[in-house]
Amino acid sequence: MLSVKNLHASVEGTAILNGINLEIKPGEVHAIMGPNGSGKSTLASVLAGREEYEVTAGEVTFKGKDLLELSPEDRAREGVFLAFQYPVEIPGVSSTNFLRTAVNQVREYRGQEPLDAVKFLSLMKEKMKLVEIDQKLLSRALNEGFSGGEKKKNEIFQMAVLEPTLSILDETDSGLDIDALKVVAHGVNQLKSKDNATIVVTHYQRLLDYIVPDYVHVLFNGQIVKSGTKELALELEEKGYDWIKDEVSGTAV
Amino acid sequence: MSKDNQILEEFTSKEYEHGWSVNYEADEAPVGLNEDTIRWISSKKEEPQWLLDWRLKAFRHWEKMKEPTWPNVSYPKIDYQKLRYYSAPKQKSKPKNIDEVDPELLKIYERLGISLNEQKRLQGIAVDAVLDSVSVGTTFKDTLSKLGVIFCSFSEAVKEHPELVKKYLGSVVPATDNYFAALNSAVFSDGSFCYIPKGVRCPMELSTYFRINAANTGQFERTLIIAEDKSYVSYLEGCTAPQRDENQLHAAVVEIYAAENAEVKYSTVQNWFPGDKNGKGGIYNFVTKRGICAGDHAKISWTQVETGSAVTWKYPSCILKGDHSIGEFYSVAVTNNYQQADTGTKMIHIGKNTKSRIVSKGISAGKSQNSYRGQVQIMKRAVNARNFSQCDSLLMGNNCGAHTFPYIDIHNSTAQVEHEATTSKIGEDQIFYCNQRGIDSEDAVALIVNGYAKEVLNQLPMEFAVEAQKLLALTLEGSVG
Ligand SMILES: Nc1ncnc2c1ncn2[C@@H]1O[C@H](COP(=O)(O)OP(=O)(O)OP(=O)(O)O)[C@@H](O)[C@H]1O
Ligand SMILES: [Mg+2]
Repeated sequence: MLSVKNLHASVEGTAILNGINLEIKPGEVHAIMGPNGSGKSTLASVLAGREEYEVTAGEVTFKGKDLLELSPEDRAREGVFLAFQYPVEIPGVSSTNFLRTAVNQVREYRGQEPLDAVKFLSLMKEKMKLVEIDQKLLSRALNEGFSGGEKKKNEIFQMAVLEPTLSILDETDSGLDIDALKVVAHGVNQLKSKDNATIVVTHYQRLLDYIVPDYVHVLFNGQIVKSGTKELALELEEKGYDWIKDEVSGTAV
Repeated sequence: MSKDNQILEEFTSKEYEHGWSVNYEADEAPVGLNEDTIRWISSKKEEPQWLLDWRLKAFRHWEKMKEPTWPNVSYPKIDYQKLRYYSAPKQKSKPKNIDEVDPELLKIYERLGISLNEQKRLQGIAVDAVLDSVSVGTTFKDTLSKLGVIFCSFSEAVKEHPELVKKYLGSVVPATDNYFAALNSAVFSDGSFCYIPKGVRCPMELSTYFRINAANTGQFERTLIIAEDKSYVSYLEGCTAPQRDENQLHAAVVEIYAAENAEVKYSTVQNWFPGDKNGKGGIYNFVTKRGICAGDHAKISWTQVETGSAVTWKYPSCILKGDHSIGEFYSVAVTNNYQQADTGTKMIHIGKNTKSRIVSKGISAGKSQNSYRGQVQIMKRAVNARNFSQCDSLLMGNNCGAHTFPYIDIHNSTAQVEHEATTSKIGEDQIFYCNQRGIDSEDAVALIVNGYAKEVLNQLPMEFAVEAQKLLALTLEGSVG
């Protein structure tokens, strides 16, 4: 579904991604871990099409299409979803209004009829249950004054409504309390199917107890330096990143 | 150019929709301005002597006045001798009701999306249509007159209700108030008149639609609204003009008189031709709007959505004379390309326990300049006066300007005056966030701008709020930032 080959990207002339390779097949869950500043959010942003990041080399295909050719909105309409590490506030625009605009633009792109108010509300209701989000939150201005955890929950709610093919969750677990974490993970698992895939960016093994990854990758200095199965996450939890850093720089442990 | 600026550019380069004009036979005053012009207008309108005298007095005063230079706008000097002060479409006979109006004129309004046909009208809105210098027709007159509500053109009011006109004309905005008000008083040609009798709640929105069609002609209309004790009316004003290379002058006066416990809501969606992308042409919109809460517990609320005009100079104000009276001002002013707006309000607290609220949302894009200018004045007698002002500016791109000039003048120590101001930019972050959910940049801007202006848009009657939302998006088309 997603194939990233030798991806290099820089921001304002500084190279941040230095040759990423990643293959993701339908139905898979990939976890990406790595120290602060290693380039995880950058990778997510580049995949989503953020303009400030310049792709200097490499290619990305998504469902057979050249992803890098598409505008950010078209990537979204093709089914790429990014749950932001820092969701943005949009004053005066209710989540409901925002999502309805989004859903209908996506539908238009796919040649589907727009959802009328009634159908849209029932879709909202159904998805609200899934992530146990409060109706009151959705009638408020988007993310404005939301607590950290509420923002994250709202990201997953949007994901549930938009039903993407590839979801990238950038540290969705940070800021969530234990109960919310379970709810969000449960939501993500419910949305999983054999046709879609998920990339989970996280610092903590704990999330991976709930959203069980097929593969775990370690990103360091803009490269994936180690890949493994879920056991790798446990090892990282126990030992930190130093041993990997040492491995990369060629010194034995 | 960053992507944001590029989108901004595209978004702001949308053409003006109402830029067409129509040829019709017109009755026109000779070009130029002197006492004879005024006599010509007055006799054309078959006015009584007292009104002619009133006009002449205003004119003589105007001649001694100087055009104001304090607004934060610049435009080439207007040659008042090169303008025409009266132009009216020739109608075979004076229409008695809307069915007798020349169908060609009605078509102009149909084309603007305003049907003057009562059956086709949006339910619950009566319209007075003013084309260039005269009112071409007023709808729902009969329905309203059953309640004693008078809603007609200004000229008709002069003929049918001279005692009311004489009593209130110039009582809120004196003929000598300021340069443009004096000019208007001398040459005003028509406008709307509205009278709500004691205890009547006007059952429909009253609305005036102004259209400038003729070239080189100034539009000087005058609106007078009188709300007697315990009455209520909601009044709407809309306007457009053809696209012309020359600038055109629009100098209107609106006066509102609210008696005890009366409430008047005045909403404007201003969409005069703003000039083209390069700043050529456009309307100079120099308007004096003022209301007086003459009686206790009266309330006047101004809501304006200003998207058009090349230069705007406008401060809808409230004189809060009655005790416990309330003044409100809600404004969204959008400027794009080379537009300049200097707009705001004055709240003059005279009575005890008077309250005022100011919510101003400026949006600047392109190379435009947008200024808020507001004055809150608390007089000696105004014990316990309250004011709250919120002035926000939203910038799109790096070539526009937003300015705030609040003046606060307090003569009573019990006053509570609060002023809040913010300046923000539409962030790339916000637009990218929308993009990531599948929303294109143009719709993202529309969404963000409408969210920003929501508190003001919420004040408008439903259908107009929808119109205003579309207009905001249209005005900013091509300008994400
Ligand atoms: N717009 C930018 N301008 C300058 N530097 C940037 C920008 N965006 C990212 N960087 C830098 O790129 C590096 C990678 O950042 P990124 O946000 O991708 O890290 P991360 O792996 O997500 O870290 P964390 O775990 O803290 O979220 C950091 O050193 C960061 O400072
Ligand atoms: Mg990050």
